[in-house]
Amino acid sequence: MVGKPKVLSVNGLRTSFFTDGGIVPAVDGISFDLYEGEILGIVGESGCGKSVTSLSIMGLVPSPPGKITGGEILYGGRDLTKLKEREMRKVRGNDIAMIFQEPMTSLNPLFTIGSQMTEALLIHTNLGKRKARRRAAEMLKLVGLPRVEEIMDEYPHQLSGGMRQRVMIAMALVCEPNILIADEPTTALDVTIQAQILKLMKKLNERLDTAVLLITHDLGVVAETCGRVIVMYAGQIVEEGPVTEIFRNPQHPYTEGLLKSVPDMRFKQERLEPIPGNVPRPGAIRHGCRFAARCPYRFDRCTAEDPELYGTQPGHFARCFLRDKKEETAHDETLVES
Amino acid sequence: MTKPLLKVEGLKKYFPVKKGPLGRVRGHVKAVDGVSFDVYPGETLGIVGESGCGKSTTGRMLMRLLEPTEGRIEFDGRELTGLGPEEMRKVRRDIQMVFQDPFASLNPRHTVGKILEEPLIVHGVKDAADRKKKVREFLDIVGLSGYHASRYPHQFSGGQRQRIGIARALMTNPKLIIADEPVSALDVSIQSQVLNLMQDLQREFGLTYIFIAHDLGVVRHISDRVGVMYLGRLVELADSEALYDKPLHPYTQALLSAVPVPDPGFEREQIVLEGDIPSPANPPSGCTFHTRCPFRMDVCITTVPILRQTDTGHSVACHLYGGEADGNDNKTLVTEGSI
Repeated sequence: MVGKPKVLSVNGLRTSFFTDGGIVPAVDGISFDLYEGEILGIVGESGCGKSVTSLSIMGLVPSPPGKITGGEILYGGRDLTKLKEREMRKVRGNDIAMIFQEPMTSLNPLFTIGSQMTEALLIHTNLGKRKARRRAAEMLKLVGLPRVEEIMDEYPHQLSGGMRQRVMIAMALVCEPNILIADEPTTALDVTIQAQILKLMKKLNERLDTAVLLITHDLGVVAETCGRVIVMYAGQIVEEGPVTEIFRNPQHPYTEGLLKSVPDMRFKQERLEPIPGNVPRPGAIRHGCRFAARCPYRFDRCTAEDPELYGTQPGHFARCFLRDKKEETAHDETLVES
Repeated sequence: MTKPLLKVEGLKKYFPVKKGPLGRVRGHVKAVDGVSFDVYPGETLGIVGESGCGKSTTGRMLMRLLEPTEGRIEFDGRELTGLGPEEMRKVRRDIQMVFQDPFASLNPRHTVGKILEEPLIVHGVKDAADRKKKVREFLDIVGLSGYHASRYPHQFSGGQRQRIGIARALMTNPKLIIADEPVSALDVSIQSQVLNLMQDLQREFGLTYIFIAHDLGVVRHISDRVGVMYLGRLVELADSEALYDKPLHPYTQALLSAVPVPDPGFEREQIVLEGDIPSPANPPSGCTFHTRCPFRMDVCITTVPILRQTDTGHSVACHLYGGEADGNDNKTLVTEGSI
């Protein structure tokens, strides 16, 4: 991705939820850049903070109880966390658009597809009604929907799940945003429909040069669509790197464990190698390495200090003391033990 | 070969569609439309398919949680479809079910001990101390501890709850366990724990599984044989190796090629199917897959293909392999779609 300009920079973002049970840091100091035209994946299990990250960027964290408590989100020279709601509304949809997991809950059941599609255009552009409608129809054609003119006058419930997700994508892209955030866009869909939607997203990304932030729990989806990946665990980034590097040469024990625990459809494994223990609740672990309790390579320093992201290759980082140059000798010892 | 533990023949479930002020029946949703298969003792039969293909409905009919519209279910030499409620209750001692949602399938007001004890009470274990002992024993077997018996379901994580669901199914020493999407609500790192547990239990107790799921990787991992369903029918049934390495039905080929593989450099020919799954209320004529099939022939539109065995013990319901369509060059088809 070197050479392409950054479109979004997240620096030390912290988003916490103030609940009766105390303050829960769902996103606990994450930093990353999104470059023009790339597809960046964020992968992690439930409660790792991947969705809260995307909601923070969109300024959609439910407040109260949620609040961005630190860090900045730089887009076009402005810090999105500092914008007023009115200014943020101009960014949303126009500059940064989002598609959600369940299209039925994000489409209004009372309005036709056409009126929902044109609404965004009427707000963000100075197109007239007729032109907006034509533009919306073009977009629906681009995402591969059949009989577009009829669908424009239909309601969301009349469409199938796959068609609704296509409408969502069309709606997200109709104002030609620079960034598309897709939060589990295919999780609610069947595999054959998922394949259609992923193919469409890749095609649109190439054609319109929109940067895509793809949030998912499915490692297969990441491998097939993303150029770079961020792995999150318990509110932190634990590994970041190019997709081939992460899958072929994972540097964090969590990433390694995650890859080993997925059954591969291509061959029969006698036994899976699960990660022991449970996925921690957000905010349950606050000191030391968050993964230490489940890690097979754990040593004293892991619970005593907080690991940083250590560079292992250009563009490849892992939050693990084993990758700290200072630990090289200790690393060899643990490998012998395990 | 040994006698099958479960023999299913021509199983059908039609749900009436009622419309209008008088609630007249205006048609039927053919959720399951003539499914036949055998399950042998000690094996795992996987059933895969996309939403609405009838896989869960099939599972529920086997336990007669849903009444079949037609067809026969023979379990351990006994016909189940005619049995009364009391007799069926006794049979359920031998057939147990594990459900998808470990949050919804455990009573939130009961302690885990009570949840696990209940099947024992229903099936006549009179001595309370015996029951308590058995509860602790099974909590241990599924990887939890005896002290967990006094806790409530909400105090457990999803993976632990699914372990409780499995323990409950085991309490009556069943022969057959029907698991309907048992790991799909769980996180990836937890899924593999539960799959390993299920395999261990199968070995230890000589269990037979019917494993219903949409995740093809998971199904391959756990199953000895796999059946693929599409719109209420079994389209292919084979040993899992054979099915995954050499799928015959065009739908199976497309389904397998559509699954994203966690390997960025992996090259393959992906068959992306056009269109959506048709509604089971108004399924296409002939072969229900013909509307999306890349190899459609005239016969597919008019005639329903029958599930028949090829010489390798691989069963497929497709005219490309049947008598009606002889002379078709299906060799290229097989290599194209295989993964």
